[in-house]
Amino acid sequence: MTQVSMTVNGKSVSGDVEGRTLLSSFLRDHLSLTGTHVGCDTGQCGACVVHVDGEAVKSCNMLALEADGAEVGTIEGQANADGSLNVIQQAFQDHHGLQCGFCTPGMVMSAAALLKDNPRPTETEIREYLEGNICRCTGYHNIVKAIMAASGQDVGAIAAE
Amino acid sequence: MYSFEFEKPSTVAEAVAALGAEEAQALGGGQTLIPTLKQRLAAPAKLVSLSGIAEMKGVCVEDDGSLAIGGGTTHATVAREAADKYPALAELASHIGDPAVRNRGTIGGSLANNDPSACYPAAVLGSGATIRTNARDIAADDFFQGMFTTALSDAEIITSVRFPVPQAANYQKFLQPASRFALVGVFVARYADGVRVAVTGASEDGVFRWGEAEQALSREFRPDAVMGLRINPMNMIGDLHGSKEYRAHLVGVLTRRAVAAAG
Repeated sequence: MTQVSMTVNGKSVSGDVEGRTLLSSFLRDHLSLTGTHVGCDTGQCGACVVHVDGEAVKSCNMLALEADGAEVGTIEGQANADGSLNVIQQAFQDHHGLQCGFCTPGMVMSAAALLKDNPRPTETEIREYLEGNICRCTGYHNIVKAIMAASGQDVGAIAAE
Repeated sequence: MYSFEFEKPSTVAEAVAALGAEEAQALGGGQTLIPTLKQRLAAPAKLVSLSGIAEMKGVCVEDDGSLAIGGGTTHATVAREAADKYPALAELASHIGDPAVRNRGTIGGSLANNDPSACYPAAVLGSGATIRTNARDIAADDFFQGMFTTALSDAEIITSVRFPVPQAANYQKFLQPASRFALVGVFVARYADGVRVAVTGASEDGVFRWGEAEQALSREFRPDAVMGLRINPMNMIGDLHGSKEYRAHLVGVLTRRAVAAAG
């Protein structure tokens, strides 16, 4: 066992992990932050996307020890300070950007990473950015709408499609 | 995953020393290796992470005008920082996997793995790049030695890759939408002394140069120049995603598209 320390959602945390412990396992099993979902466990579905030093990564495809000393952001850190939904989360609710909700943590974290670098993405840019996030319910339409809305853009054109 | 020891050195020399241990394996961004470990298709006793080695990261222009990319540089960084110096290479990097994969996966990791459908091998072979390791320089023509096989020895690390910048280049990737790898990918680069054409995703032997097309395009750099050329489907990959004949056909189509786009 090796000690790993990182900042998760602004709080310093540490724990003893094996070399093979995944970042997703550390978050879920050691820190009980079960908002980060593990879908495919092969790095394809994107349900486990978190931010590591500000960049979207698949936490099931990264060892916990690789995140030693990093700033990690998860879905649990997305809400506003008063507990209300942040702009992206609220937009997902308003535009029905989820059905079963399993992919949603990864979708929201990917959307947040996209909007940080590209505050007003086009529909094409949103769809391209979500290539590594799989949703089996929505057909993506309402997710794209939600992200357009969260970036302060008109969603009319997408609704008409 | 089977259990392993984990080490994260901060210099190339320390990493080479760590890789000297029995059953040690280098870890780049882990976007292929970690899923492979989960499948228990590999069982290293020790994993040596290369992600803490600052000297292996970044993109810069060398004195001779070539573009040097550190072996530990992520696809996302190449997509961003090579965009004005070698646009075709940056464009290729920007379509590997998906955004989260590009934030972790590295050029050195991709080349050392030499997946027969990976994109980077096409750019490296198509540019006649040089792979620099802790021990030596290896020409791209000598580096790729068949599917998942390279000239690297066990404890050898790709520290950087040097790309001569072409006059014009383009990469055409026919996406396999489930894996996001290339079903077939063709990289065409035009240099003062001739044209190079490298093909990934198609051959049982991994990335290869299409010599006939290179000769034809070196004489005349336009799509029609390769119109009459055919690839022998015999050694092509045939699977449920595409037959040997289909892949051989795609090589021609994508080469013409790449030439047209390179202009």
